[in-house]
Amino acid sequence: MAQKVLVHRLYVRIFHWLNAIAIFMMIASGWRIYNASPIFNFSFPDQITLGDWLGGALQWHFAAMWLFVVNLAVYLVLGIATGHFRRKFFPVTPGGVVHDVNDALHFRLAHDSHDYNNVQKLFYIGIVLVLLLTFVSGLAVWKSVQFQLIGHLFGGYEGARIVHFAGMSLICAFILVHLALVVLVPSTLLPMITGKGKAFPKDLEKNHVA
Amino acid sequence: MLLKRKEPKLLLPRTKDIINLERRFFMRQTLTFGALGLLTGCNVADDSSAQKVLDAMSKWNDKAQAALFDPNKLALTYQESDITDPFPFNAYYGEDDAPEVKEEGYKLELSGMIDKKDPWTLDKLRALPQESQITRHICVEGWSAIGKWGGVRLGDFLKMVGADTTAKYVGFKCADDYYQSIDMASAMHPQTIIALTWRDQILPRKYGFPMKIRIPTKLGYKNPKHIMAMYVTNDYPGGYWEDQGYNWYGGS
Repeated sequence: MAQKVLVHRLYVRIFHWLNAIAIFMMIASGWRIYNASPIFNFSFPDQITLGDWLGGALQWHFAAMWLFVVNLAVYLVLGIATGHFRRKFFPVTPGGVVHDVNDALHFRLAHDSHDYNNVQKLFYIGIVLVLLLTFVSGLAVWKSVQFQLIGHLFGGYEGARIVHFAGMSLICAFILVHLALVVLVPSTLLPMITGKGKAFPKDLEKNHVA
Repeated sequence: MLLKRKEPKLLLPRTKDIINLERRFFMRQTLTFGALGLLTGCNVADDSSAQKVLDAMSKWNDKAQAALFDPNKLALTYQESDITDPFPFNAYYGEDDAPEVKEEGYKLELSGMIDKKDPWTLDKLRALPQESQITRHICVEGWSAIGKWGGVRLGDFLKMVGADTTAKYVGFKCADDYYQSIDMASAMHPQTIIALTWRDQILPRKYGFPMKIRIPTKLGYKNPKHIMAMYVTNDYPGGYWEDQGYNWYGGS
């Protein structure tokens, strides 16, 4: 039997699933709020939104917000304090990204949940930054007077609305790619639940943990 | 105060029946999502459990917003050229149904924890020191528009009539059956005004004649129009939309 190693620590798994729930609730309710006054020339089908009317959607959005923010804060603090980010997300080099993108396009890039390639690193750093951007622009929309300094960063209230929408769009794009890869490489799913995954030979050599 | 700009729905008042119906659907949806087990730790089979969590979170958000509120932080002000023209009409009914209040015989009623409860005519209010502001009105729906309002600072007025400014709430009753209430800290904010004018003219009917409470630190639905009575109280008065599920604090 293949040797199993710890791929995802417990706090990473808890963060991941709580974040998935929070993001699902925020996006689904956010679409309903968007529908009340669309920025662009389209609306989201009401059937795929959460809250059933504007008032309900707002309740969901601002309740899920706390789960999202507290969970993300704990993850960031632990990720930095334990060296998790430094070990798993860095270094990323431009040359490495080009090399790995090229490999990915030729279907020769291994999707290892343990030792990330440059494309994975870029993706995971990117999504954390996008989550932060969406959070910060959301603050400027939610409290445009109290957080008006943040609003200035985005060109004021209306600018913050657009950035918040763009952040949501990028998160959706990430989720689509993320889920597509889970379908392509199903063995990545179980480690995010149990924590344990197949060891790659280099893991055993380096004997490092997630 | 909060319906859409371009929606034909504006022509059809959103009656309480429709809203109740929507609310029932909303409850049912919370049941569905509850059944997915998204809200662990509460009895999700009971549809009111999910709703209780949401209501509790909304109350928590009232407290969070009160804590974030800085009584000295001013909303951004704009230039005359920034004013949105035409400024959108918004209410829970169509523009033609806006109440027609006559100046003749009109008096602003005062009640509750206020010493001098004598009613105020518009002329008496116009004789008080006036302020004007060009600020952004932000609707809970997301859209915003810039307008110019002028009138009396609500905080100065409350002090003048001997209101107990340590009380929790200031409530408003409107000619269109709308009702609203705000926290005392927001009532005392320097940009919170009893608006008597719109773009330097007497406030027109569609924007809330005889007066609108203009609060640039709060969302549109917290800015009631057609004010007939004002009162100070420690008993939570709620609000027209809040009693259907909107967040009470509604800060910006």
